[in-house]
Amino acid sequence: MRIHFKTSYEHDIRLFADWWSFFVYAALIVVAVALPWIMDEFYLGEVTNVLIWAIAGLGLMLLTGQTGQASLGHAAFLAVGCYANVIFMELGLPFLIAFPLAGIVTGIVGTIIAIPAIRMHGIYLAIATIALSILTDDLIVLLEPITNGVSGKFAPTITIFGIEIERWTTPDRFYWLVLAVTVLCTLAYRNLLRAPLGRAMAAVRDSEVSATAMGVHIARTKAASFGISCAITGLAGALMGFYAGAFNNETFSIVISITLLMMIVIGGLGSIHGAFFGAVVVAFLPQALSIAKDSIGGGSVAIPGLETGVFGLILILFIMFEPMGIYGRWMKIRIWFELFPFARKDMFKRQKSYLKTERLR
Amino acid sequence: MSALLDIRNATLKFGGVVAVNDLSFTVEEGEVYAIVGPNGAGKSTVFNLISRFYDPFSGAITFDGNNLLDRKADEVADLGIARTFQNIELFEHATVLQNLLVGRHRHRRTTLVEEMLFTPRVRREEKRHREAVEEVIDFLDLQPYRNKMIAGLPYGVRKVVEVGRALATGPRLLLLDEPASGLSVEETQDMRWWIDDIRKQMGITVLMVEHDMGLVSGVSDRVLALADGAKLAEGTPAEVQSDPAVIEAYLGAGAA
Repeated sequence: MRIHFKTSYEHDIRLFADWWSFFVYAALIVVAVALPWIMDEFYLGEVTNVLIWAIAGLGLMLLTGQTGQASLGHAAFLAVGCYANVIFMELGLPFLIAFPLAGIVTGIVGTIIAIPAIRMHGIYLAIATIALSILTDDLIVLLEPITNGVSGKFAPTITIFGIEIERWTTPDRFYWLVLAVTVLCTLAYRNLLRAPLGRAMAAVRDSEVSATAMGVHIARTKAASFGISCAITGLAGALMGFYAGAFNNETFSIVISITLLMMIVIGGLGSIHGAFFGAVVVAFLPQALSIAKDSIGGGSVAIPGLETGVFGLILILFIMFEPMGIYGRWMKIRIWFELFPFARKDMFKRQKSYLKTERLR
Repeated sequence: MSALLDIRNATLKFGGVVAVNDLSFTVEEGEVYAIVGPNGAGKSTVFNLISRFYDPFSGAITFDGNNLLDRKADEVADLGIARTFQNIELFEHATVLQNLLVGRHRHRRTTLVEEMLFTPRVRREEKRHREAVEEVIDFLDLQPYRNKMIAGLPYGVRKVVEVGRALATGPRLLLLDEPASGLSVEETQDMRWWIDDIRKQMGITVLMVEHDMGLVSGVSDRVLALADGAKLAEGTPAEVQSDPAVIEAYLGAGAA
């Protein structure tokens, strides 16, 4: 077991608890950067997919995991980011400007939508955001002059300082681009968590009443959370557009919204790791299923709804047996080894939570 | 001596129920003022009026010359009023340290973009917040729990963390809603010393609602007895305890 002997406030503030975890993450980054030389193109594409989902997951995690606002409409923001980015590029803006701008536009759209949405709690917010997701589909069709409607759009080739990046011809460059965006988003997320705003979000999630009494402006905090969450999701949407190559109104359907939410629940609500773990499950599940189908000899038989069925089953099992998600399980295994042989079975039993006042709502 | 908190003719009704009825009292700077009364007397409602969770039907509330009724619930902390909750309202899925740091929110000087980039200014501010919070942790002996999740803490410790979080805001007036309810005898004793020290060392005025008469008479300068939302008696703990109207409200007519 490692014991952190803290001698200054810096120890609490800095990104890594100790040199060991710094090395672990540094090694992870090194491996990630070197991946194109290790993996073949197919799997590199899959890893790229995982990272894009992870960025989208980070976006939703900030809103749902950190601020406690469930959203079943995040595919709408993927769409906004994707379309905004491509439209900006078609207008002649270079990628390096169009891409962040797409994120900012999505963030602004998210904040505007947040203004009515933050008045709602729990299930009502979820329903409202479902409506948003369905509405986006129609809006894309209606705005045909800009969005090309049902026939959709094609993602242009990215050029950064004369270097061309394209999903199929240069998968390694595209992977590095996605990796860079992932690292930047994760850092921004992590920074927020150790700053006052991130704590205010957690405060809003756990008790709005006492957050208010501490001087936290609930509506403003939720709006900020919506804004940042949607901005990150928008960036993921833009990358998804490049990854898919072509997209139309059906690319960002409500199924994507639901998958996103399931992903962060399975991964572990409220943690950065959870977004990544969940993304791995979401991105590799279809592949794992088809491999499994092949191995039992039913490769050519199409089973409708198999994927969603298995997904739903996994979700139910997680909610029943491991509400903290994969990250929660991971922490338990880690602590078990760190304390070996002193871990007790009841260590992770949830304490009884004491009565909370709902009167003031 | 000027009144720090001045509540004048406050009335609050929920439908036909009069929760607070034409209530007036003042809390002076530097004193410990306790509100007692039977269940449903409107004690916590008075707190919720001061915290601006409820709007009074009529009346005025001023704090240090500021009209509290002009402020929203989240602006009350800025004036220097901090409170605890009867049924512990901590941030369950955060550590004790993080809970106390939320208390520092009113001292936040940095913007969203700065925080995302974690600029040196944010780092400096963070250190400042932590210095303030560590003082509270030292004061309340919370060191063993600093990095523990609230969800795993025993009830008694949670009560102390609540007080700590309120202290971390750097208040001038501290509202304690039943600080000793559910505490053991020893814990109540600790709470008593802390309330004493909060007033003497930190110079913070304390307004508390409490049922434990031992604690009330031990620390408070003045006591207000409430019944059915109206003032029953006010004075030193001994005076209020021997007031026939108070005895009647608690024990029924004829007991005196």
